[in-house]
Amino acid sequence: MPAREDRQQTDDTVRGVEYTAVPAGAPAYLDAATAAPLHPVAAEALVAALADGWADPSRLYAASRRAQQLSDAAHAAFAEALNVRVDEVSLWPSGTAAAQAAVLGGLAGRARAGGTLVHSTIEHSAVLHAARRWAAAGVGLTAPAAGVGLVAPAAGVGLVAPAAGTPAAAEVGVDLLGRLDLGAWERAVSAPGVALASLISASHEAGTVQPVAAAASYCAEAGVPLYVDAAQSVGHMPVPDGWSLLSASAHKWGGPPGVGVLVVRKGVRWISPLPQDDLYRPGPPGALDLPAVVAAAASLRAVLAERETEAARLSALIDRIRDRVAATIPDVEVVGDPVDRLPHLVTFSCLYVDGEALLHALDRRGFAVSSGSSCTASTLTPSHVLEAMGVLSHGNIRVSLHRGTTSAEVDRFLAELPEIVANIRKEVGM
Amino acid sequence: MTAPRSPLPDKSEMSGESLEPDGPLTLDCRSQLCPLPIIALAKKIRNIGLGEVIRVLADDPAAANDIPAWCRMKGQEYLGSPEVHTFDVRRVS
Repeated sequence: MPAREDRQQTDDTVRGVEYTAVPAGAPAYLDAATAAPLHPVAAEALVAALADGWADPSRLYAASRRAQQLSDAAHAAFAEALNVRVDEVSLWPSGTAAAQAAVLGGLAGRARAGGTLVHSTIEHSAVLHAARRWAAAGVGLTAPAAGVGLVAPAAGVGLVAPAAGTPAAAEVGVDLLGRLDLGAWERAVSAPGVALASLISASHEAGTVQPVAAAASYCAEAGVPLYVDAAQSVGHMPVPDGWSLLSASAHKWGGPPGVGVLVVRKGVRWISPLPQDDLYRPGPPGALDLPAVVAAAASLRAVLAERETEAARLSALIDRIRDRVAATIPDVEVVGDPVDRLPHLVTFSCLYVDGEALLHALDRRGFAVSSGSSCTASTLTPSHVLEAMGVLSHGNIRVSLHRGTTSAEVDRFLAELPEIVANIRKEVGM
Repeated sequence: MTAPRSPLPDKSEMSGESLEPDGPLTLDCRSQLCPLPIIALAKKIRNIGLGEVIRVLADDPAAANDIPAWCRMKGQEYLGSPEVHTFDVRRVS
């Protein structure tokens, strides 16, 4: 902290001179909520499983049996880590695929009860896209002519129109801190014709932890299964019980990309939205990326073993960011619940600042962060989460930390950010 | 809708204002990307009196969210959106 002025001085030099003995600093990756760096245990397990688990587990020879053993052990590790039964776990090619399978499979399984999906306004876009597909198109799912690339479903495959209601989606909003409106949630899930409810465990953008236990109890009263998208929570904080379906994503906790976990509790009717293969177990058709699955399972176990100490350490760093950003940058809005939040994530918005310019300026200084501002999105629309909360969407930065994040990196970020923001504002006369 | 991205406020910020006989001061920020309409609003509101209303025309998709958020942060009164891409703000501080 005392070096702040010196650093700003240093950065002026860096900008003017091509080579310098005093670099701006080592790169700091602060976007773990997009993809956490590979945990060393995952890297080790990946290399070992590439040598040992390359075979198709479904054949009748030694290499295949070895792969089957690895697959069984990985499934068992996921079941133990998530405190569920082994046969409730299936593995998907990504967290997105698992989330969409949860939503569409959960809806298909409840077709006789109704056609409405209740979801919060701050769900991940993977869930919202599934919801849109469902609401716009029980059509897209039922009529092969709608051209979504699906072969005409045989009877009973699960892409059937709900008998008890039209496909629809009902949104439930959040408050300024990004917390679910529980009263509206209760009314929505207890309405007639609700097939499934979907709630993110904690906002992937604002960090606010959602009242999953209370939301689950309203669902239970109404007899509606609850799907929880726990992608940002698993590995960082416990998820309360009471849900029927849950999904997670390995590269959010330090596993490799390309592994999504779906849990469907016993007694919950779920029908795969995809055509099946010849194996008996419902899940994604085709071969698993077994080495990645093994690495994901091993890293989850390792991450959970150090979870409490890491959560406390990262949470203190996030508190430091929340406090310092609010204290050193004028006209800034630090969003999300300051206490009931993910331990590793914070989002804030700077008035009069172009989010894209801010990302680029930070990138030039070696900081990798993400943004919910419209100018940084492929859709050119602001983050639906920030909009749902009603907080400022431009000049937005999400900082998310991981086990490799050091206190010094956070301090360097906090020392350099005020000047970066001030420079961008100066350019527009603010 | 694809205005060139410039870090500097569009000229229309200067030229696009008008004072209609019966209407509020209007700031035409159409075709400007956020945060430019908010910057224009913040600059312009200094020039009107307390209690007066400024109307912002803005078609950037973030404006509908960010104009009320700016009002909340800066202690101004957001009066609502009487029609699409139109936002009224009253200076109260």
